[in-house]
Amino acid sequence: MSTVIDDHGHADHAHGPAKGLMRWVLTTNHKDIGTMYLWFAFTMFLLGGSFAMVIRAELFQPGLQIVEPAFFNQMTTMHGLIMVFGAVMPAFVGLANWMIPLMIGAPDMALPRMNNFSFWLLPAAFLLLVSTLFSPGGGPNFGWTFYAPLSTTYAPESVTFFIFAIHLMGISSIMGAINVVATILNLRAPGMTLMKMPLFVWTWLITAFLLIAVMPVLAGCVTMMLMDIHFGTSFFSAAGGGDPVLFQHVFWFFGHPEVYIMILPAFGAVSSIIPTFSRKPLFGYTSMVYATASIAFLSFIVWAHHMFVVGIPLVGELFFMYATLLIAVPTGVKVFNWVSTMWQGSLTFETPMLFAVAFVILFTIGGFSGLMLAIAPADFQYHDTYFVVAHFHYVLVPGAIFGIFASAYYWLPKWTGHMYDETLGKLHFWLSFVGMNMAFFPMHFVGLAGMPRRVPDYNLQFADFNMVSSIGAFMFGATQIFFLFIVIKCIRGGPPAPAKPWDGAEGLEWSVPSPAPYHTFTTPPEVK
Amino acid sequence: MAPGATEVSHAVFDLHMTIFWICVVIGIVVFGAMFWSMILHRRSTGQVAAKFHESTTVEILWTVVPLLILVAMAIPATKTLINIYDSTESDIDIQVTGYQWKWHYKYLGQDVEFFSNLATPAEQIHNQAVKGEHYLLEVDQPLVLPVGAKVRFLVTAADVIHSWWVPAFAVKRDAIPGFVNEAWTRVEKPGIYRGQCAELCGKDHGFMPIVVEVKSKADYDTWLGERKEEAAKLKELTSKEWTLEELVARGDKVYHTTCVACHQAEGQGLPPMFPALKGSPIAIGPKEDHLHRVYFGKPGTAMAAFGKQLSEVDIAAVVTYERNAWGNNKGDMVTPKDVLALKQAESK
Amino acid sequence: MADSIPLKRLVTRLLILVVAMFAFGFALVPIYDVMCKAFGINGKTAGQYEGEQMVDPTRQVRVQFLSTNAIDMVWEFHSKADEVVVNPGAVTEMLFVAYNPTDKAMTAQAVPSISPAEAAMYFHKTECFCFTQQVLQPGQRIEMPVRFIVDRDMPKDVKHLTLAYTLFDITARQPPVAANSGG
Repeated sequence: MSTVIDDHGHADHAHGPAKGLMRWVLTTNHKDIGTMYLWFAFTMFLLGGSFAMVIRAELFQPGLQIVEPAFFNQMTTMHGLIMVFGAVMPAFVGLANWMIPLMIGAPDMALPRMNNFSFWLLPAAFLLLVSTLFSPGGGPNFGWTFYAPLSTTYAPESVTFFIFAIHLMGISSIMGAINVVATILNLRAPGMTLMKMPLFVWTWLITAFLLIAVMPVLAGCVTMMLMDIHFGTSFFSAAGGGDPVLFQHVFWFFGHPEVYIMILPAFGAVSSIIPTFSRKPLFGYTSMVYATASIAFLSFIVWAHHMFVVGIPLVGELFFMYATLLIAVPTGVKVFNWVSTMWQGSLTFETPMLFAVAFVILFTIGGFSGLMLAIAPADFQYHDTYFVVAHFHYVLVPGAIFGIFASAYYWLPKWTGHMYDETLGKLHFWLSFVGMNMAFFPMHFVGLAGMPRRVPDYNLQFADFNMVSSIGAFMFGATQIFFLFIVIKCIRGGPPAPAKPWDGAEGLEWSVPSPAPYHTFTTPPEVK
Repeated sequence: MAPGATEVSHAVFDLHMTIFWICVVIGIVVFGAMFWSMILHRRSTGQVAAKFHESTTVEILWTVVPLLILVAMAIPATKTLINIYDSTESDIDIQVTGYQWKWHYKYLGQDVEFFSNLATPAEQIHNQAVKGEHYLLEVDQPLVLPVGAKVRFLVTAADVIHSWWVPAFAVKRDAIPGFVNEAWTRVEKPGIYRGQCAELCGKDHGFMPIVVEVKSKADYDTWLGERKEEAAKLKELTSKEWTLEELVARGDKVYHTTCVACHQAEGQGLPPMFPALKGSPIAIGPKEDHLHRVYFGKPGTAMAAFGKQLSEVDIAAVVTYERNAWGNNKGDMVTPKDVLALKQAESK
Repeated sequence: MADSIPLKRLVTRLLILVVAMFAFGFALVPIYDVMCKAFGINGKTAGQYEGEQMVDPTRQVRVQFLSTNAIDMVWEFHSKADEVVVNPGAVTEMLFVAYNPTDKAMTAQAVPSISPAEAAMYFHKTECFCFTQQVLQPGQRIEMPVRFIVDRDMPKDVKHLTLAYTLFDITARQPPVAANSGG
C-alpha cells in the first residue's frame, strides 16, 4: 500500500479526477458521488432544520405570532418530507457509496453510471418540491403522511408537483438500492463471505431490499393520488366508491418499512464504532444479522399500528398489536449486544463513540415509548399527540442523525486525510445532546397532557414545556452550523491522519491510505 | 396522563403506568450495565479488553425474557381492548360529524342537533387580549351527556378526516368521510371535559376543540327538552315565507348579539379597524355582494365568515337588517333560500 | 465476486421486483376490497344480494339509520324513520327522502357504511338507491327505497346495527341530463 499522498487529494494514479465542475457533474466515481450525496444531505438537513426552527418559533408561546396556520402546516409538512427523503436517506446512500466498496474490497459501485444519475435526480426533485412553497396556494400542507382526501380533493394546486417530486426521489432511491445490492452481491473481494461482511454492509443490504420492496408501493400510492386528482378515478374518494382508509393502508405499507430504512444503516455503523472504541470484537455478530433480518421482515406486517384509531376490527387490532410488540425482541437483542460489546472493554470516548453511546441510550428511550405506543388501548390516548412526536424524534434524531454524525466523525479522517478537531467534536456532541433532549423530552409530557400534534397554537397549560422545547430546538439547530465549521476545518487541514487512525478499528477500509486514493482496490485484496 | 373519568380511561391509565414502570425497570438494568462499563471499563483506568464475543446462553436468555414480559403486557391490553370494542346496549346514541373546522352533534331519535364551534375570541389568538384559562378549549355549544349512561358515538366526517378525542374518556376515533365508526363511553362523574381534534384536517386543525358537559340525569332531561323546543322552532323558520318586516325584526336581534361589538349599535363602526356599515358601499351595494361578505368574511381582517356560524335564517335576517337600518333603507331583502343557494355555489 | 450470478441477470431480477412491487401497490386496491368484504373492515357492504332466507321469529335486531350530507351537498336527505326493529331473515324496506332545494339539476351518490363493522357481512341489501346515482331536477323531491335482510347467522351478541349513508354531490363528475329532456 502506498503511504499518504499529496494534500490536494489528487491520486498518484494515471486516472485522477477530472478538473473543474464537470468532475462532479459527470463523475462515476463512488467517492465523488458519496461526497455529493453527503453534502446534499447536509444542505437539506439545514433547510429542513430551518423549517423546524420556524415551527418551534411559532410554538415558543401560545397564540399566533410569527406565521399563519396555513403556512405553519406547510412548514410541518416540508420539515418532515425534507428530513426523511432529503436528509436522512441521501446521507445513508452517501455513506454507502463511500464505505461499501471500501469495506468489501470493491473498486467501485457495480453500476457507476446509474449511480451518477440517481444522485442528480435528487437536486431536481427537491428543487421541484421546495419551489411549491412559492406557488399560489402554497406548498403541500397535509403533513408528510399526506392522508387523502386532505391531500387530494382538498389539496392546494401544488400537490401535482409534490407527486412528481416524490416520484423522482423514489426512482433515485430505487436505483441507489439496486446499485447497493449489486455491489454487495457481486463485487466482494475473494474470501469476503457474506458472514464476514461488516455489519454496516449487512444492514445496508437489508435496507436496500426494503427500499426495492416499498418505494415502488409509495410510487403506486402517489400515482393513484395523481389519477384521483386529474383523471377522475376514485381510489381514495368515498364519493366515487373509493376509500380514504385504503390510502392509509397503502401509505403505511410503505411507511413502516421506511422507518427501518432510516435506522438500519445507523445500526450497522454503530456496530462498527462501538467495538472500535471498546477495543473488543462485536458481541453476537450472527445474532445481529438475524435480528436485523427479522426486524426487516416484521416491518411488513405491523403497518396498521399507525392506524389503531381508524376503526380496524378487533381481530385486526389485536394482530397488529402483537406483531408490533414482537419487534421489541430483535431490537432488544441489538441493544443488549451493544452493551455487552462495551462490557469489559477498554473504552475511550472520542467523538464517534460519544455519538454512538448516545445513540444506544436515546434510541432505547425511543424504543420504550414505541413499546408503549404498541399497546393499542393506550395508543388511543397517545395517537397523534406530541407523545408520538417525542417518540419518533427520539428514534430518528439520536437514531438516524446521531448515527450519521458518529459515522461522519469516524470516517472523516479516511475521507479527508486529516484528523478533525477532537475538542470541537466533543463540544458539538455535548451541545447536540443537551439541545436534543431539551427539545424532545418535554414533548412526552405535553403529549400525555393532551396536546395534539400539528397544531400552531395551544392551551396555556402546555406553555412552559413548549418554551423549553423551543429553546432546546434552537440550541440543537444552531449547533449544526457549528458542525459545518468543524467539517470544513477538517477538510482544509489538521493533523495528517494515518491509514488507521483508530487503534481498535477493524476492516478493509483502514488498509488503504488516508485520504483514500481516488481509485482503491483496483486489484481485489485477499480476505482471510 | 390523567386517570380520566370512565372505567375504560382508568383501565387505559393503569396500562400506561404498568408499561411505563416496566420500561423504567428495563431501562435501569440496561443503562446500569452500560454506565457500569462506561465508568469502570475505561482504558484510562488501565482496563485491558476482554476477548469474548458470544454466549449462546445469554443470547437465548435475553430473547426469551423480553418475550415473556411482552406476553405479560399483552394480556391486560387485550382485555381492555375487547371492552373498548363492546359498544352494545347503549342508552344514548349520538352521531358526531367532523367538519372543517367544527364538530356537529346529533342526538339520534331526539331531533336535537347542533354545531359546536370554537368560542375563543380572535383577539386572544392574535395576542390582543389576555388568554383565558380554557384558551382554545372552549366552544359555543358543548356536547351534553347524562352521568352514568352508556353513550354510543357514531363518528363520521363531511369533508376530510378528523379525529374525535376526549382524553378523560380515553375515546379517540377517526371521523372518516363516507364511513361510520363507533366508540362508547360511560362517564362516572358530572363535570366539563375537554378535548381536541387529533387528525390534521387543514388550516384550522388546531382550532376545533371538543367540550363535553356531563350533567345529572334530571338536568340532562331538562336540557334536552329545551333543545327540542328550540330545534322545532328553527325548522319552522327556515322553510317559511318571510316578509321584509319579519326579517328586519329578527336581524335586529342577531345584529345586536353577533355584530354590534365591532360595527356598533348605530352601524357607525370603529374605523379604521372596524368599518361603518351605515352608508357603506357593501351595505347599500348589490345584495349578492353583501351576503357574500357576511357569509365568507373578509380574509386578513377581523371580519369572520359567518356562513359557518349562523343559521340560514339568521344570515338572511342580519343582512336584510343591515340593508334597511340606520337610513340604509334599500328596501330589498335576502331570504333564507338565497343563503342556501350561496351555500351550493360555494361548493363549486 | 466468486460464484455470484452475472450482474446483468441480477439487475434484471431486481428491476422485475421493482415493477412487481409497483403493481402490488395497485393490487392492494382489490386485495383490500376483498379483505374488507370478508372481514367487514370499514363497514363496507357488498353489492346486490340475490338470496332468500327463512325468517327467525325468535330474535330481534334494532336497525338504526343515519343520513349525512357531505360538506358541499345541499339536498335535504333523511330516512322516514330513525330506526326499525327487524327479525333476521325477513326482508325489510325503509324509504329515504331526498329533496333538491336549488334551481339546478344535480347528481348525487349515496355511500353506505355499517357499524359495527363486524356486522357488515351479515347485512344484505336486495335493493338500494346507493347502487345507482340519483339525479334530481330543481325542487324535485323523491322517496328512495332500500330493502335489506339481516342474516340469520349474524353473531348473537350483535343486537343493533347502524346503516349510515353519506350523500355526496357528484354533479361535476356526472352532469345530470338537462331538465327539458324530462330526466
